[in-house]
Amino acid sequence: MAKFSKNDDSLVVIIGSGAGGGVLGMELAMKGVKTVILEAGGRHGPQDFVNDEWGSFGQISWLDKRTTSGDWRVSRDFSGLPSWIVKAVGGSTIHWAGASLRFQDHEWKARTTYGDVKGASLLDWPIDGKEMAPWYARAEDHMGTTGTNGIPRLPGNNNYKVFAAGAKKMGYKQFHTGNMSINSQPRDGRGACQQIGFCFQGCKSGAKWSSGYVSIPKGEATGKLECRSNSQVLKIEHDKNGKVNGVVYADKDGKVHKQKARIVCVAGNSIESPRLLLNSESSMFKNGLANSSGQVGRNYMRHMTASTYAIFEKPVYMYRGTTMAGIIQDESINDTRRGFVGGYELETLALGLPFMAAFLDPGQWGREFAASMEGYDRMAGLWIVGEDMPQSNNRVTLHKKIKDQHGMPIPNVNFSDHENDIKMRNHAWKQSIALYESVGANKTIKTPPYPSTHNLGTNRMSAKASDGVVNKYGQTWDVKNLFVSDGSQFTTGAAENPTLTIVALAMRQAEYIAKQMSSKAI
Amino acid sequence: MRVLNKKAISRRSFLKTGTVTALGLTIMGPMVIGKNNAWAATFKTLGADDAATLIQMARDCYPHDFLADKYYAKVIEGIEAQAGKDKAFKSMVSKELKKINSSAKKHYKVNYKDINRELERTDILKKNSKSPLFKKVQGDLVVGLYNNQEVWPKFGYEGESASKGGYMNRGFNDIDWL
Repeated sequence: MAKFSKNDDSLVVIIGSGAGGGVLGMELAMKGVKTVILEAGGRHGPQDFVNDEWGSFGQISWLDKRTTSGDWRVSRDFSGLPSWIVKAVGGSTIHWAGASLRFQDHEWKARTTYGDVKGASLLDWPIDGKEMAPWYARAEDHMGTTGTNGIPRLPGNNNYKVFAAGAKKMGYKQFHTGNMSINSQPRDGRGACQQIGFCFQGCKSGAKWSSGYVSIPKGEATGKLECRSNSQVLKIEHDKNGKVNGVVYADKDGKVHKQKARIVCVAGNSIESPRLLLNSESSMFKNGLANSSGQVGRNYMRHMTASTYAIFEKPVYMYRGTTMAGIIQDESINDTRRGFVGGYELETLALGLPFMAAFLDPGQWGREFAASMEGYDRMAGLWIVGEDMPQSNNRVTLHKKIKDQHGMPIPNVNFSDHENDIKMRNHAWKQSIALYESVGANKTIKTPPYPSTHNLGTNRMSAKASDGVVNKYGQTWDVKNLFVSDGSQFTTGAAENPTLTIVALAMRQAEYIAKQMSSKAI
Repeated sequence: MRVLNKKAISRRSFLKTGTVTALGLTIMGPMVIGKNNAWAATFKTLGADDAATLIQMARDCYPHDFLADKYYAKVIEGIEAQAGKDKAFKSMVSKELKKINSSAKKHYKVNYKDINRELERTDILKKNSKSPLFKKVQGDLVVGLYNNQEVWPKFGYEGESASKGGYMNRGFNDIDWL
């Protein structure tokens, strides 16, 4: 395992170790590039994870202070918790469910496909499905995605069986247990899924891919990658020519250090990444680093989400087994006859009893709510995840007064649904309720969106410098040795869970960075 | 299908000689004793009368008839502990309880915990749902009650599974009624 000097100015410094940063670090190290990952959280492996929802929440969640605004219900019910993401080596790939879906071709060209949607700041991505196909293939192979590379799909659990029976009754055609980066059989030194059921709390068997215990160790084995945990970056610094040359970070005792760098890659998830750029303002970059367009922090997307839970006469025990191994893709197409642009996926989902109480209908109490909870063992559930419209004023900004434990302004997350999001959500609730009723549900519950797990778009990729923050390689338009490597570079969100695309983009970016370095372009 | 047994309760017994509330909680000094002598808890800071009111409020928030009062009382013990450490919090609790009781007296002529009908008690809670005390009780309960591992079997939730080998051979796909 490498250990680099803080004065080494030949390094690539990556901020964040999740799907973007962790994979980028591995790929660069494998190409022989000396790389340091600075991760704000601690390092936990499968042996440390706990099958305990609130216990795990306290162990791995990003709980630094944040504020919220806008008309979304999360802001009312969980005002200090806009997102449910992870502060640990591996980032949110510790918590993620494993769903690994490619974008559909039309989704790369949202502006062209959907047209001028009022109130939306849609753009086409400067890349397309053809460009990304080999990178997707490489990502699926690395992550061991079921349904690809000859890897069999996972067996369906009880929750899936209810879901699939309903899908069949509804006339849906494209449903199965998903393309999941969870081993259905031993692969890459990791065992097969044991149907433990606590996918969100960190996979105790290690069957689920995570950058934290899969990609980063592969990078470290080359001797070219150092992953420095408990190192929260506060500011990116630059020289008088406007090139970044290092970062300032706080260790676990709050002591501040400076790490020099040749290249800096920001991969702190879509709230922290723009926050860091905004907090890195200077006399040269008065509105924040890489923000000449004014787009840093804007177009925050979180996917159009919601859940439907259905209560049956007989037991389901939906919590048994892989949490999200089940998908219906028939509604993910763009069919505007439904009254909205874009589409959505339906995916099986279960919460344990403690989280069900907190999230089923936040703030509700009384006998109706209690009756729903008493149906817990007879419940089946699904998650709705669809494309939401980027909107300029859905954005991450710096709080004017409140500062964090290191004295840096905290982020505020402002979000309001677009009309298209609301129409799509209502359609998805209607369809999923009909699905469960078709197999005998006695009661259905429309559960509002949870704190965001898919945070996207706040440093978006654009064909023109004035429209976004980064070019088609995630390189910032303003500073050529500064990159964005996480989901914040998403131009639009598509209907699919974002991790596979983040990993594929990181792999592609690694090749670009290595070439730019060897040609001395940066 | 591996179906769970949702019954099975352990009970403790207490000698009961105090006054009994309309809903069967016995108040004896600072002690609140549950129905059927199943449990008891001491509330030196809040006093048994206010504690009994809070326990009733807790049950009315999340009324599960298969759960004994002790599970609700356990969450109220957390409020007792906080009141013991924080004077401002303690005075908020007693001030808000007075308001809730005066609202109960106005509409139903008796204190909150002495109203017999659940619908009438929840009517009082709805009228006072913005009360910081109500929000505190509800917020603590939604975590504390449902995160109490002792109640999980009664809801058919099995909790931790990794140490048992997950559900691979324990019914992850054994549904037989579809």
